[in-house]
Amino acid sequence: MTDLGFPQSQGRNWGHVALRCLLFLLLGLFALFYLMPLFVMVTTSLKSLEEIRTGSLVAFPRDVTFEAWRTAWSGACTGIQCEGLRPYFWNSVILAIPAVLISTLIGALNGYVISQWKFRGANLIFSLMLFGCFIPFQVVLLPMARMLGLMGLAGTIPGLIFVHVIYGIGFTTLFFRNYYVTIPAELVKAAKVDGAGFFRIFWSIFLPLSLPIIVVTVIWQFTQIWNDFLFGVSFSQAGTQPVTVALNNIVNSTTGVKEYNVDMAAAIIAALPTLFVYVVAGNYFIRGLTAGSVKG
Amino acid sequence: MIEWFERQIPKIVLAPSFMAVLVFVYGFIAWTAWISFTRSKLLPNYEIKGVIQYERLFAAPRWDTAMSNLFVFGTLFIVISMLLGLLLAILLDQKIRTEGALRTIYLYPMALSMIVTGTAWKWIMNPGLGIENMVRGWGFESFSFDWVIDPDMAIYAVVIAGVWQASGFVMALFLAGLRSVDEEIIKAAQIDGIPHWRIYSAIIIPSMAPIFLSAFIVLAHLAIKSFDLVIALTGGGPGYATDLPATYMYAMAFSRGDIGQAASSAMVMMGVVFAIVVPYLYSELRAKHD
Repeated sequence: MTDLGFPQSQGRNWGHVALRCLLFLLLGLFALFYLMPLFVMVTTSLKSLEEIRTGSLVAFPRDVTFEAWRTAWSGACTGIQCEGLRPYFWNSVILAIPAVLISTLIGALNGYVISQWKFRGANLIFSLMLFGCFIPFQVVLLPMARMLGLMGLAGTIPGLIFVHVIYGIGFTTLFFRNYYVTIPAELVKAAKVDGAGFFRIFWSIFLPLSLPIIVVTVIWQFTQIWNDFLFGVSFSQAGTQPVTVALNNIVNSTTGVKEYNVDMAAAIIAALPTLFVYVVAGNYFIRGLTAGSVKG
Repeated sequence: MIEWFERQIPKIVLAPSFMAVLVFVYGFIAWTAWISFTRSKLLPNYEIKGVIQYERLFAAPRWDTAMSNLFVFGTLFIVISMLLGLLLAILLDQKIRTEGALRTIYLYPMALSMIVTGTAWKWIMNPGLGIENMVRGWGFESFSFDWVIDPDMAIYAVVIAGVWQASGFVMALFLAGLRSVDEEIIKAAQIDGIPHWRIYSAIIIPSMAPIFLSAFIVLAHLAIKSFDLVIALTGGGPGYATDLPATYMYAMAFSRGDIGQAASSAMVMMGVVFAIVVPYLYSELRAKHD
């Protein structure tokens, strides 16, 4: 904590109060800027189309209706089908859970090897993996589409899980490696003297120490995978699309009347899981974001 | 024999990931690079034909628009997000009792999908019913805000949404940086009677240079990969007005059936990313080994 309290002398008290007021005014205005879109989304989703056309963007709804939410969940059209977001929401769930768990487990093992069981070339492998985190995925889209076709996974959810695991490994390995590197090597040495092997040490010593980094990694991966659009739109087909792709289809479908309230309800539904995670475990979320860039 | 096997376990554990990275990152880059030198259209054709795809790419007005949009969007997005993030971090660093709540508010957009962000801002900036209508309702009849449908201004609409999403993240980075500055130095400066703003401008901010670099790298990376935001907000339009290299590549690959163009545009994107990231990674890794 940088200690930059204002001078406490009595003479400057008024200046101090004025500055504090200005400070809170600014902080409050910025808070409004960040909250405004969420506020508009929620209120719009609760209005009828009639009220949207006649009322103001930032007005509270006069007659609260959940009709738009019902439509967004189970009736809105994503192209030809009109089943709402529900099937796609579940697609995202059954896609994200295995992809997150598998990539986290692989990352933990990789990080454990790279930080504690160094062999010649391990650092090079780590550098190569780290590099992979930074490629623009456009450069692998075409060959991956062909590869999924060859593997018989084109347009399937297992195919998407595979893609997310492959391109998630770099980050999960980075997280665990940076965490395990702070654990002194003597721990492994002592355990080896006691006769414990590679997996035993991992299971009984490292995993129990890893809870914070597991939470960080799971949150990071979940946010990435849930919010992914590029892989989802490139490698899915009608019926296997994740929720982000379905949301975009609902919003940009050109048939019929534009139902802004349904669009907003659908957007909130698509955002709820990651928002929930953020509200519940915000500190871990921030740690993931900063770990990926500061410690790089 | 068993002992030998025991010693190989770490390598065996790492091997699948290593192979995966070799094939799915480096092998795939090589494949894309190869295709970018062929005349592939709907299907890959492996006969090398030189740099024809790159010539087509650089002659295409649509690619030209995409690259200049990337430059405009990238520059504004990075500069504004950095300034706003730094300002927020400094404001929050003044012993605010509600810091936790404010930080949560400033950062939550980062948890959203860019599709959600794009959808929300598309509605807010809707010319008929959004901000324009609202301000006119306040009595400013001639107020006009139609950036999302104005080909000259649409890219700035993307900047607004992008900054809204990413600036809180920069704030979090800078706040962590402000907190890690050596307290003793700051105390000494305070005792010497150095004014508040001078402590920031002469001591704290210069000592955060590595964080500026990190923030820049992350933002640049986000900007180059930006795809979802444009798709959701403007769909690349009006016309091609907000095309970015990422949307160009996608259009060539999946709707135009021109994978030669898609491959060459992807290679150029990678070139841009690497020009920024490689020096950074190199210095980071070297610093670690020293």
